[in-house]
Amino acid sequence: MTATYPARGADLDGLVADVTRSDATLRRFLHGLPGVDQVGAEARAAALGTRSIKTTAKAFALDLAIRMVDLTTLEGQDTPGKVRALAAKAMRPDPADPTCPSVAAVCVYPDMVADVKQVLGDSGVHIAAVATAFPSGRAAMDIKLADTRDAVEAGADEIDMVIDRGAFLSGRYLQVFEEIAAVREACARPDGTSAHLKVIFETGELQTYDNVRRVSWLAMLAGAHFIKTSTGKVQPAATLPVTLVMLEAVRDFREATGRMVGVKPAGGIRTAKDAVKYLVTVNEVAGQDWLDPDWFRFGASTLLNDLLMQRTKMTTGRYSGPDYFTLD
Amino acid sequence: MSNVFEYAPAPESRSIVEIKPSYGLFIGGEFVDGGGASFKTVNPATEEVLAEVAEGSSEDVDRAVKAARRAYDKVWSKLSGAERAKYLYRIARIIQERSRELAVLESIDNGKPIKESRDVDVPLVAAYFFYYAGWADKLEYAGFGTTPLGVAGQVIPWNFPLLMLAWKIAPALACGNTVVLKPAETTPLTALLFAEICQQADLPPGVVNIVTGAGATGQALVEHEGIDKVAFTGSTAVGKAIARSVAGTRKRVTLELGGKAANIVFDDAPIDQAVEGIVNGIFFNQGHVCCAGSRLLVQESVAEDVLERLKRRMATLRVGDPLDKNTDVGAINSAAQLARIRELSSVGEAEGAEAWSAPCDLPSTGFWFAPTVFTGVTQAHRIAREEIFGPVLSVLTFRTPAEAVEKANNTPFGLSAGVWTDKGSRILKIADKLRAGVVWANTFNKFDPTSPFGGYKESGYGREGGRHGLEAYLR
Repeated sequence: MTATYPARGADLDGLVADVTRSDATLRRFLHGLPGVDQVGAEARAAALGTRSIKTTAKAFALDLAIRMVDLTTLEGQDTPGKVRALAAKAMRPDPADPTCPSVAAVCVYPDMVADVKQVLGDSGVHIAAVATAFPSGRAAMDIKLADTRDAVEAGADEIDMVIDRGAFLSGRYLQVFEEIAAVREACARPDGTSAHLKVIFETGELQTYDNVRRVSWLAMLAGAHFIKTSTGKVQPAATLPVTLVMLEAVRDFREATGRMVGVKPAGGIRTAKDAVKYLVTVNEVAGQDWLDPDWFRFGASTLLNDLLMQRTKMTTGRYSGPDYFTLD
Repeated sequence: MSNVFEYAPAPESRSIVEIKPSYGLFIGGEFVDGGGASFKTVNPATEEVLAEVAEGSSEDVDRAVKAARRAYDKVWSKLSGAERAKYLYRIARIIQERSRELAVLESIDNGKPIKESRDVDVPLVAAYFFYYAGWADKLEYAGFGTTPLGVAGQVIPWNFPLLMLAWKIAPALACGNTVVLKPAETTPLTALLFAEICQQADLPPGVVNIVTGAGATGQALVEHEGIDKVAFTGSTAVGKAIARSVAGTRKRVTLELGGKAANIVFDDAPIDQAVEGIVNGIFFNQGHVCCAGSRLLVQESVAEDVLERLKRRMATLRVGDPLDKNTDVGAINSAAQLARIRELSSVGEAEGAEAWSAPCDLPSTGFWFAPTVFTGVTQAHRIAREEIFGPVLSVLTFRTPAEAVEKANNTPFGLSAGVWTDKGSRILKIADKLRAGVVWANTFNKFDPTSPFGGYKESGYGREGGRHGLEAYLR
């Protein structure tokens, strides 16, 4: 079978209507996308990881990476005090250096959204809430939608939903499509605006790069604003080759439909060095349009402190220790 | 269009390697002055003269062959395989220890990007020595006899100076032969550094001799009556001349010559990885690769998509300073080679093919050629038939698998080929029909010491690498 993408300049609504007529048409479309050769994709990611980013380029990358962080805490033991502290850090990551940019968003469970909102106010730092029975996605549809509405009502700017991996892996693609579309509708606010929707695939459970490519297209067709690798609760979480395949998907999707979708690797990115490798991959695979917090995010917690330490090293010429940065 | 994320220069330090103002010949375990003239070797990225190197005369070649014969008779042929292996393992380890030095020197003298000399060339060089060290005491199980031939005269090209040295010297020594090796005149420096490594490894004097020089030196070597074996890697024209000169003598010959490999992309290929494979196939080492995938055969139903993706990818290739760690494509090795690439490219345009070059700023000094792709190429075009040996890709389309095989085989060469498809059965079927020594499936330009390498037809004869590579040095 010829492996093809939709023709350039395809009408998005028409394409969606066409391929979601039935499970069979959707399956035919997703399985008609070109395959991903595992060895080749991993070799390409490894090669991009050998780029040597120094001096001015490194300074640019560190600041950009900080601006792209979704500072995250998703623990059962989270307290209002902890998420407030995290929100304060999000606005001013390095209290000793006012030139340090703030992060993109704070990412918490829905019941913590109100506390975060109090601290963030109109600082410009967004609030992201996980929803739809995060992290497993194992709940009835009306509960997932209620979970989403609850978070939006509490003031979430962005919703990070999980897909039903069981449905995807058993080939019930249309069910996954409809769930994403329904959650996107549940993101709507009474004033006509809408929270942004990030769709988490849990790529560690989907296993193959072919699946990653298919689920990326599925979520984009269903209206995702962002596609996201992982919950952080399953290993492996984000990897560079998985993110590479997703970046190829958003690049090809924009080429075909004109619509731009963001990418968020989450979980397992702990060092500034790793973050720079991701930015190199964004730059050389999707292109510089995605080098912006509106279109690329890091879901992370410990990453921020390493970025701050590397940034301090760049500005002062000395390495400082972890004691000089706040623990969260 | 300027990019918001400009990579700052990240040059590898060249202070790790010391280049002497002049070099002699390495004969009988010592560096000696040549009896003849000398020539200059330049950095092709800057045209800076790096060193004066002795041009071996026929007397020098004679001295070297005699030294090799003495070492063969008195020492090397009398050592057990296990003892020879010890020396080869020692050389392999020293290559690893001095890998940065070797990589930097290779990039300076050849023009190839440091990321390739560091991550491909030098690690493979060590791997070939390790691999053949392992065979030295197991020859009786290889099936080619255990008696060495004697003295091998070896002539190598400039595209992979150190790697071709390893392909030649490692199996020869493992089998018990001694060698006289002539590196290419534009890239002699790493062979001379390798000579130092032989000294450091206490290799018995005369087992390895390095005689630098140009074509005349090589001719004196292959025509010398004292050698038992000729091993040559280089152009088909010189290979034919060598075959003529050794005809009727007792000398054994292996030749690894040119190529015009077809890289075949079917419509069910993993397209993004195929594009990487096309790029790697033709722009790796500036296309100075005998097995380069210089003819892209792409199935017509995906041709437009593949070409657009290829051009977008080519626009991200970083062409420039070979010592910058972010450089993807380095300098053309010499002015002469650059002239040849330019000539064939202009022939391509004159014959009606359409050229597209990646937008990139080329340095003002040195020898440079932007990565280029020709579309609208037919089998009748010279750029589809002759080896360009540069970063120039000719694109042809096909409709059916049978047509792909016919076009791929319709060449006097037959060194390598590539097949891109997600269908395993098609890989096996097509590979079986391709008349090429190496067929890569869903990858390209992958080398491994355990894998034999060599050509069909005018791409030469004999195999290097793997168990098969032992045959050329045993009787």
